[in-house]
Amino acid sequence: MVSKNYIYRLFGQSPVKPLQTHMEKVVTCVAELPAFFEAVIVSDRKQANSIQKRISKLENEADDLKKELRLHLPTGLMMPVSRRDLLEVLTMQDRVANKVKDIAGLIVGRKMSFPDEIGSDLLVFVNRSVDAARQAHKAINELDELVETGFRGSEVDLVKSMIEELNRIESDTDRIEVDVRAMLFKIEKELPPIDVIFMYKIIDGIGDIGDLSQRVGSRLQLLLAR
Amino acid sequence: MDYGTTFIIMAIVFGLFMAWGIGANDVANAMATSVGSRAITIKQAIIIAAVFELAGAVLAGGEVTKTIRKGMVDSDLLVSSPELVIYGMLSSLLAAGIWLLIASWKGWPVSTTHSIVGAIVGFAAVGIGIEAVMWGKVGFIAMSWVVSPLLAGTIAYLLFMSVQRLILGTSQPLENAKKYVPIYIFFVGFVIALVTVFKGLKHVGLELSLLQSYLLAFVVGVIAAIIGKILIQRITIDVKDDKDFHFTNVEKVFAVLMMFTACAMAFAHGSNDVANAVGPIAAVVSIVENDGVVSQESVLPLWILGLGGVGIVLGLAMYGRRVIATVGSGITELTPSRGFAATLAAATTVVLASGTGLPISTTHTLVGAVLGVGLARGIGALNMQVVRTIFMSWIITLPAGAILSIIFFFTFKEIFS
Repeated sequence: MVSKNYIYRLFGQSPVKPLQTHMEKVVTCVAELPAFFEAVIVSDRKQANSIQKRISKLENEADDLKKELRLHLPTGLMMPVSRRDLLEVLTMQDRVANKVKDIAGLIVGRKMSFPDEIGSDLLVFVNRSVDAARQAHKAINELDELVETGFRGSEVDLVKSMIEELNRIESDTDRIEVDVRAMLFKIEKELPPIDVIFMYKIIDGIGDIGDLSQRVGSRLQLLLAR
Repeated sequence: MDYGTTFIIMAIVFGLFMAWGIGANDVANAMATSVGSRAITIKQAIIIAAVFELAGAVLAGGEVTKTIRKGMVDSDLLVSSPELVIYGMLSSLLAAGIWLLIASWKGWPVSTTHSIVGAIVGFAAVGIGIEAVMWGKVGFIAMSWVVSPLLAGTIAYLLFMSVQRLILGTSQPLENAKKYVPIYIFFVGFVIALVTVFKGLKHVGLELSLLQSYLLAFVVGVIAAIIGKILIQRITIDVKDDKDFHFTNVEKVFAVLMMFTACAMAFAHGSNDVANAVGPIAAVVSIVENDGVVSQESVLPLWILGLGGVGIVLGLAMYGRRVIATVGSGITELTPSRGFAATLAAATTVVLASGTGLPISTTHTLVGAVLGVGLARGIGALNMQVVRTIFMSWIITLPAGAILSIIFFFTFKEIFS
């Protein structure tokens, strides 16, 4: 009988790759949003429904990845990052996908449409929020390089600059959100009140995507610091 | 002396059995970091192990052999009954060999060093008397078992930090890797050569002055560095490889370094662990040849070290290569840059112990070194549970070796007198 030797068994499975895989799934899910909103704005229900289903499926897949990573992260592992911080990054990543699913679900469920006046700005807003998620993904993708360099030196500076860029994108989304809200405010009196309430809710949700993406970045920053 | 030839033959057979066991099992641990980081292939690992285990055994295995042979049992007490030492040494070999076999069959992590030391202390304390054990020296050995993983861990930590500062953490890691890796290779050659020159060449019949020794070690280091530099120049650097993971090409440079540290590790392992098999043979042979006189002065015949080396190589060729192959799929978390830091730290510690005559566990030392790199945040995940199992195993191994050895001791005593 030839058994694996003990030096071999000493090495556990690093959580870094699974975490990156999860984020990749999350971003694929987020990336469906612009097309979804385009369909919603031109009231293409069929297209919107099919994208919403895709989003829901991707979110489920991300959920499975999350559960798997959690299961494979037993205590008693020595890792270059703290287990708790790592799980928080994972939670934040997951909440981005959850938010996307909520937004799409709500719009399809209530058969919502948006007034033409805010359509194009809403799209700009959505796209910028997606940018934030992409930027967070980019930063998370550097995690294996960070382990390689032992969380030191120029790689850390690179990741820090990525996180700064992420923060800039997030403040962009904040600014755009203010504009979109102002535009909706101007015309809200002419619209059915309940619909308007939900429109504000959706705008909030889109803002949350940028917000949560930024928080992925700030959790990553905590990992750097230890 | 009655049965003189019988004793020598038995010692050689048991010793070869033990050496075979070391080659079959322990060598795979020593080579695991090198093969696991995929810096060398399984075939290369076996060739390196065969050559350098033998070289380490013959050139630098003398001091630890001396300790096993006569450092733990007080032979002054045994002038009147030297045959007791013979029975004891034979029992120890058999006990350690069998324990090693059982443990590797069951898949338990064992240390050959702990089993032989446990066996010798066991037969001496119970078979002859508590006062026959040189407790001072044995305590010192036990202490070295605690110190060696710690020392290896510290060296590995510092080595990895230096790699971060000089290479990985800089803005031009590839250029710096090419620049600094030959210096690390020099260090590998220098350390190994120095210990060999100080401790080994006397056996081969060559005496050098202090200055000559350093000079020779320096020259060996420089030659190693030059070979390394040539090998590094021959690497094909492909920028495309760095697209997904930016350090692929840097790691190729470290893979060259890893080849040298793999040699150093095999050498270190040979120099320390061969003694576990040949120390007892040497004791039996010297008593028989001196016609029953337990001598502290006799020199160690080179053929005995060679015999142990051959036994290890045989074990490696017949069984060990299969154990090494299990690591062949690679350890994802172990890239050459950290594989090198851990392996070199362990090899340096083991070689130092070999020079001092301390029998230590190569596996424990390597585990300590890997943890050192882990503490420097260099490794994705380490199973601390496995670490606990490995370190706990010696608590079982010591009494197991001792009890088996005591049983055999009284059996031999019954048979031969």
